[in-house]
Amino acid sequence: MGDPQFAIEMHDVGLQLGTQDFHFDCRLPAGAVIAVTGASGAGKSTFLNLLAGFDTAAQGRVLIAGKDVTDEYPARRPVSLIFQDNNLFAHLDIFTNIGLGIEPAMKLSTADRQSITSSLEKVGLAGFEQRMPGTLSGGERQRVAFARALVRNRPVLLLDEPFAALDPGLRIGMAALLLDMHRETGNTVVVVSHDPDEVKRIADFGLFIEDGRIVVAAPIDEFLGREDHAGLTQFLHS
Amino acid sequence: MFKFTSCLLFATAFVATVGLAGPGARAADKTLTVYTYESFTSEWGPGPKVKEAFEKTCGCSVNFVSVADGVALLSRLKLEGAATKADVVLGLDTNLTTEAKSTGLFDASGVDVSALKVPGDYKDDVFVPYDYGHFAVIYDTQTIKNPPQSMKDLVEGDPSQKIVIEDPRTSTPGLGLLLWVKSVYGDKAPEAWAKLKKRVLTVTPGWSEAYGLFTKGEAPMVLSYTTSPAYHMVAENSDRYQAAAFSEGHYIQIEVAGLLKNAPDKALARDFLKFMVTPGFQDTIPTNNWMMPVSETSQPLPDAFGKLVNPSKTFLMSSEEVAENRKAWIDEWLAAMSMN
Amino acid sequence: MLLTKAEMRRAMLGGALSLAGIAVFVGLAVFALLLSSGASSILAAVLEPYILRVLRFTLLQALLSTLLSIAFAIPVAQALARQQHVPGRMWIIRLMAVPMGLPVLIGALGLIGIWGRQGLMNALLLKLGMAEPISIYGLSGILLAHIFFNMPLACRLMLAALERVPAEYWLMASGLGMRPGSIFRFIEWPVLRSVIPGIAGLIFMLCATSFTLVLTLGGGPAATTVEVAIYQSLRFDFDPGRAVVLSLLQIVLTSVILGALSFLPAPGDEGTTAGKALRRPDGRLPGARLADGGVLLLAALFLGLPLMSVLLAGLRSDLMKLLREPIFWQSAATSLAISISAAILALLISMTLVSARRAVLLRRSGAMGAGAFFAAMGGASSLVLLVPPIVLATGWFLALRSFDVSAVAPLLIVAINALMSLPFVMRVLEPAFIVHKRRTQKLAASLGVTGWVQLRLIDMPALFKPVLTAFSFAMALSLGDLGAVALFGSDSFVTLPWLVYSRMGSYRTNDADGLALILGIVCLLLTIAGTMGPARREVAVHG
Repeated sequence: MGDPQFAIEMHDVGLQLGTQDFHFDCRLPAGAVIAVTGASGAGKSTFLNLLAGFDTAAQGRVLIAGKDVTDEYPARRPVSLIFQDNNLFAHLDIFTNIGLGIEPAMKLSTADRQSITSSLEKVGLAGFEQRMPGTLSGGERQRVAFARALVRNRPVLLLDEPFAALDPGLRIGMAALLLDMHRETGNTVVVVSHDPDEVKRIADFGLFIEDGRIVVAAPIDEFLGREDHAGLTQFLHS
Repeated sequence: MFKFTSCLLFATAFVATVGLAGPGARAADKTLTVYTYESFTSEWGPGPKVKEAFEKTCGCSVNFVSVADGVALLSRLKLEGAATKADVVLGLDTNLTTEAKSTGLFDASGVDVSALKVPGDYKDDVFVPYDYGHFAVIYDTQTIKNPPQSMKDLVEGDPSQKIVIEDPRTSTPGLGLLLWVKSVYGDKAPEAWAKLKKRVLTVTPGWSEAYGLFTKGEAPMVLSYTTSPAYHMVAENSDRYQAAAFSEGHYIQIEVAGLLKNAPDKALARDFLKFMVTPGFQDTIPTNNWMMPVSETSQPLPDAFGKLVNPSKTFLMSSEEVAENRKAWIDEWLAAMSMN
Repeated sequence: MLLTKAEMRRAMLGGALSLAGIAVFVGLAVFALLLSSGASSILAAVLEPYILRVLRFTLLQALLSTLLSIAFAIPVAQALARQQHVPGRMWIIRLMAVPMGLPVLIGALGLIGIWGRQGLMNALLLKLGMAEPISIYGLSGILLAHIFFNMPLACRLMLAALERVPAEYWLMASGLGMRPGSIFRFIEWPVLRSVIPGIAGLIFMLCATSFTLVLTLGGGPAATTVEVAIYQSLRFDFDPGRAVVLSLLQIVLTSVILGALSFLPAPGDEGTTAGKALRRPDGRLPGARLADGGVLLLAALFLGLPLMSVLLAGLRSDLMKLLREPIFWQSAATSLAISISAAILALLISMTLVSARRAVLLRRSGAMGAGAFFAAMGGASSLVLLVPPIVLATGWFLALRSFDVSAVAPLLIVAINALMSLPFVMRVLEPAFIVHKRRTQKLAASLGVTGWVQLRLIDMPALFKPVLTAFSFAMALSLGDLGAVALFGSDSFVTLPWLVYSRMGSYRTNDADGLALILGIVCLLLTIAGTMGPARREVAVHG
C-alpha cells in the first residue's frame, strides 16, 4: 500500500493531548537507523507512542512497513519495543520474558526454544534463562530486551531512550550491539535519544521535534550540518 | 475479566449454602408450624421438650421457626402477611397483642384462660398466656449491701451506684421499665427519669448486652426479671445475684401464644394451645425458660424459686393503652434522658 | 490504545453488569418497602426535631471517629513500613484484621474489659491513687470503640500504600541524607494523602452507620444514630416508608461528605520500579527504632489487650464442650459457606468494577456518559454501606414472600454480605490494580499478551497478594456479621454469630465468651492466610 522504500510514513497525523496538540508528517527510509531528538516535552514520546500504538491519531494515517496501522492495536503492528526501563515482567524469569515476545500464550515449539537460547547467546547472556530480572544489572536487563526483539524479528524496532540509564562505557557497548543486530537483520530502527554523541555514532537519519511538530527530517550528514534551527544547534552542541 | 475458576468455586459454595439451608418440610403426615423466638427453641430452652411431649399425643410433627425475639416475631408476621406458614405464634407479650390483633391474622383461641394463675388479671379470647415474669432490678450482693426497696429508692438513690437498662425502642424489658415507671409515677414520670438518668450507666439495645455488662461487673444493677437469680442458683449454684423487691409493685411481662386464621389444621393448632397450659408444657417453663408457669406443674417448683421476690402488687397496662400511648411515652422518655 | 476493542468492550460490559446488579438488588428492596408502606408521614419523618438532633449526633461522632482513627493510624503505618524486620511485625499486621471480623458486641465487651469501670485501666489508675474511674460510657466510649475497630483497617490500607512506593525511593532518600521530617514530607505524605480520602470515606460511612456500639457505649438515648432510627422504624413501628426515607437521608448526608472528600487527589503515579526488594535504611537509625518501637508497642497493647480480654473470658468457658456440640460444627460450616460465597461474589464484582473504571479512564474520549459511568461505579461500591442491611433484608423478604423464603434466605444473606464488604475489597484491589497495570500494560499491549494468558501469567502472580488480602477481609467481615441473618434466622440456618447471641440471650455468657473466642481465632487464621506468602511472588513459567 505504501511506498516500499519507506519503512514508516505518517500522513498528516494529528492528535490533541490536553492543551498540547501534535502534528506529524514524515516519510522515514527503510533499513535506516533513525534518531528522534528534541527538547523535553517537545513530543518525542508521543511520536513514538503513535508509532507503537499506545496513542491513537485523531486524524491522518500511520503506515509501517507498507501497512496501514492507524487503527491497529500495538501487538498487531510490525514493531518491537524497548523502553528505558520496565522492559521485563519482574516476577517472570528471563526465558518466559523472551518467550512472551514470540507467542503471547507461551505455546512454544522446539524451534522457538532454540531461538530463545541463541538470542541470549547473541547478546552475551548465555545460560541466563532461569534468572529473574531482579538479579540482573540494568545493562543486562536491556540486553534481554534486545534478545526479545531479536526473536520477534519485526521490520521496525522502536527504542525510547534505551541507554539513558546506563553508564557511558556501557552505552557505547550497547549501541554497538544495536548496530550489530541492525546489520544482521536489516530492520529499521527508530531511537529516541537525548545524547548527541550517540546520534552521531549510530544514526543514518535524524528527526528533530519541536512543539509537537517535526521541524527537521534529513539524512544524518545533512542533519548534523543544519545551521538554521536554534533548537537543533543547541542540541547538537550540548 | 472472567475468572472461570472462581466462578466454579462460587457455584460450588453457592450450591453448598443452599443445600445447608435444609429442606423446609419434615416427614410425617401432619405438621404444626410454630413461630417462636430463638431462646425458646435452643437446646436448653423449652422447645425440644415441648416438641417431644406434644408429638407423643398429637401424632404429628412440630416444626419450630425461630426469630430473634418477640418483637421480631411480630415484624416477621407483618412481613409475611396472609401468606405466612405459621399455624401458631408463641412468644408475643402483652404489649404487642393489640398490634398483633390489628394484623387480622389471628383467630380466637378457644382456650379457657379463666383458670390460669396469672397476676395482673389478664383476659383475652385470642391470646393464651403460657408464662410470665415480673421485671425486677437485679443487683450484685457483693457490691451492694443495701439494695433499693422501692422504685422511689431507685430513682433517688446514690448516683455512684449504677444500673444498666435497656432501650424501650428496641427491647421488651426496656419497654417494660418504661411502663413500670409510668405506672408508679404517672404524669411525674419525666421528672423521675431525669433523676434516674444520673444512675444509668448506659442504655443497651437489648437484654443480652445489658446482662452481659452486669455479669462483667460494669454496673452493680441491671433491669431483668425476678426469675434471673433462679438461673444462677440452679445452674451455677450461686446466690450472688438477687432481685430487689419494690414496695410499689412490679410490672409484669406475660408471654402469650395464638393461632392463625389461615392455619391449615386449626384443630391441631387449638390442641397445641390447650396443651400449652397443661403440665406437659408448663413443666418446661421454670428451668428452661426461666419464667413463671401459668398453671399447675407436675412437680413443685425448685427450691430456688421459693427464694425469689414475689411482688405484692402487679402492674399491667392493657395492650390497647400501651399501643395508643407508646410513641408519646417513648418521646417523653427520650426528652428526659437526653437532657444534660 | 492500550486495550483492544474486545478487551475494552468486555471490561465495560462487566462493569455495567455489576453496576446494574447492585442497583437492581438495592432498588428492588427499596421498592418493595415503599410499596408496602401505604400512606405514611414521610415529610414529617424528616422534619422532626428528634431526627435533626439524631443527624447532628451521627455526623459529629462519625467525623470525630474518622479523624482520630486516621490520625492514630498514620504513625503506626509509618512505623510498620519503616521497620520491615522487627520481630512480631507480621503478627501485629495480622492482629489488625481481627477487630474487623469480630462481632461488634464481643469487641465492645473486650473493650469494656480493659477500659470499663471494672477494667484493667481503672484498676491501674486506682492503684495509682486516682479516685474517679474513667468512664467510657458516652461520646468518648463511642470514639474509643470506633478507633479500635477502624484504626487497624486504616493502618493496613496505609501500609499497603507505603509499601507500593518503589523501593528505589527509600534508598535514594537515605542516600540523599533525608531526615525523617523530609521523608515524610516528600515521600510518605504524598502517598498517604492520595489514599486517605478513600479510607476516610469508608471509615466515615462505617461510623455513621454504627449501631450496637453507639447504643451499648453511648450512655443514653442522647447518643442515637440514624441507623437506630431506621432499625426502630422496621422493628418496632413497622413503618417501611419511614425506614426508606431515613435510609435515603443517611445516603444523601454521607454522599455530601464523600463528595467533599472526592475533591482531594486520587492515587497518583506511583512510579516505576525494577522489582528491587524493599529495604528501609531510614528505619535503622536508633531514633527511628526507638520511636517506632514505642508506637508499635502502644498499638499492639491498644489492640491486643481487649482481644486478650476476649481470650481470657473465652478460656474461662468450657471450650471442649462447645467444640463437641454438633450445633457448633453446623453453624461453623454454615458461616464458612456463606462467607466464602460472599467473598467470592464481592471479589468478582470488584474486579469487574475496577477493570471497567480503568477502561473508562483509558478511553480519553471524554464523553459525558463515560464520566458518569465511572463515578456511578465508584459511588455504588461505596454507598452500599449506607443502605442498612435490615432495609435490604426486609425489602427482599417482602418481595419474595410468596415464595419459600427459607430456600432463598442463604442467597440473600450471601448477596447482602457481599455488598457490605464491597467497599473494603475495592479499596484493597483498586490501588493495587492501577499500579500493576501502569507497570505492565504497555509491555503486555506491545507483546499482545491479552485475555486469559494475561490473567494467568501476568495479573494473577502480581495481584495474588492483594486479592488474597481482599478475600480474607471480605470473609472476616461476613463471618462476624449478624445482620441479615437475624431476620431470616430459623433452626436449620444457624451461623456462628447467631450462636453467640443466642447463648447470651439464655444467660449463658460463658458459652458466649467461648464461642466469641473461637470466632476470633477463626478470623485470625483467615488473616494469616491473607498475609501469607513472601513479599514478592516469583513465578517461573515454561511454556
